Amino acid sequence: MNVKIYSFIFVMWVLIIIGGGIVVEFVGPISLSEDIEPMITSGIKVVLALFLIFIWIFTLTKIKNWIFKSQAKS
Amino acid sequence: MEEKIIAAIIVSAIAFFAIYAFTPILIKFLQKRNLTVKDVNKSDNVMIPRPGGISILIGIVASEITLYFFFPISEILAIIITSILGFSVGIVDDRKTMGGWFKPLALAFCAAPILLLGAYDSNLDFPLFGSVKIPSLYLALVVFMIPITGNTINSIDVLNGVASGVTTIASFALAISLFILQNYEIGLACLGLAFASLAFYKYHKFPSRIFPGDSGSVMFGATYGVIAIVGGVEVIAAIAILPAIINSFLFLSSVKKIVEHREIKNPTSHTDDFKLKSTNDNHAPITLVRLLIAKKPLSEKQICNEILKLSAFSGVLAVITTFMMLVTI
Repeated sequence: MNVKIYSFIFVMWVLIIIGGGIVVEFVGPISLSEDIEPMITSGIKVVLALFLIFIWIFTLTKIKNWIFKSQAKS
Repeated sequence: MEEKIIAAIIVSAIAFFAIYAFTPILIKFLQKRNLTVKDVNKSDNVMIPRPGGISILIGIVASEITLYFFFPISEILAIIITSILGFSVGIVDDRKTMGGWFKPLALAFCAAPILLLGAYDSNLDFPLFGSVKIPSLYLALVVFMIPITGNTINSIDVLNGVASGVTTIASFALAISLFILQNYEIGLACLGLAFASLAFYKYHKFPSRIFPGDSGSVMFGATYGVIAIVGGVEVIAAIAILPAIINSFLFLSSVKKIVEHREIKNPTSHTDDFKLKSTNDNHAPITLVRLLIAKKPLSEKQICNEILKLSAFSGVLAVITTFMMLVTI
């Protein structure tokens, strides 16, 4: 049984849940002053969401490389 | 409730038996017309009929139309039209190999019925934390979702029975989740997809008697994606197909661009006893299959079983996530 690949899926799952929590609790409620265009607020939220996705992909890429190297070595 | 149970039985039976009965006829038809491709993972020159997407189209559309007679709601209409459009994109790719960007772009247009029929809710639900309202962003999500699920199922269609097997497990998990969330109509639509893919799996499993082709695998993915959107279970749906998403993620993070999978270096090669082993070529992408055989060569059947076990694990995580949706901290 490929425990490392199951762990990879589990880590993805945990990251999805944590990411969802950050989006709901912190990114979603962001609201700037009423004078500012709602599009700008949405743009800021998009940038933050993309930043979260970048962290998600960076973390998973590191895990993927580690799994592949350790599988190939053993 | 009685009406829903009757609908569940009829829809499941139509989806399953339409494909179960029609696929052998399609196999003979494709063989007679010499519409076959070589199964590259078999030692002898086995030629397999393709595409089986026509059979999948009949099963899914017949069951969803039946469901529409029971529940004439725009969400089910969106599922029917998007599925047909997904099939159309796939059949074009079956007939003529298109560039890497064709499928994502064409599948983005397949999301049009969802938007035009207004068959979506712009709240994105997350487990434990509740939902977030993102009206503008959600439109982008709808447009991206169909290409993502369509291509994800399409790119995992590399071994006998994997695309149909993964779709079967993920669809049953998603149907269970929809029933838990008391979204019965869309749950029944998902049950149709689950039984359709199960019936096709009977002919697609190792050793395959037919391949779904791009038309079949893209249609599986597009139908799965539209169900996730109209059912409001995007996050759960993504979790249920995590092995397929991992495969796409591994592929994209290795290749770093969108290309047709036929255009890249094969990440696997064969041993003398025709097991699959990881290639020594450092430039070949790391895919889920390559990750599974990085340690030691495995037979095609062993790899298929491993991927289906990973899918079952993801399916369980998806159902757990559904229960977490019912709790807010």
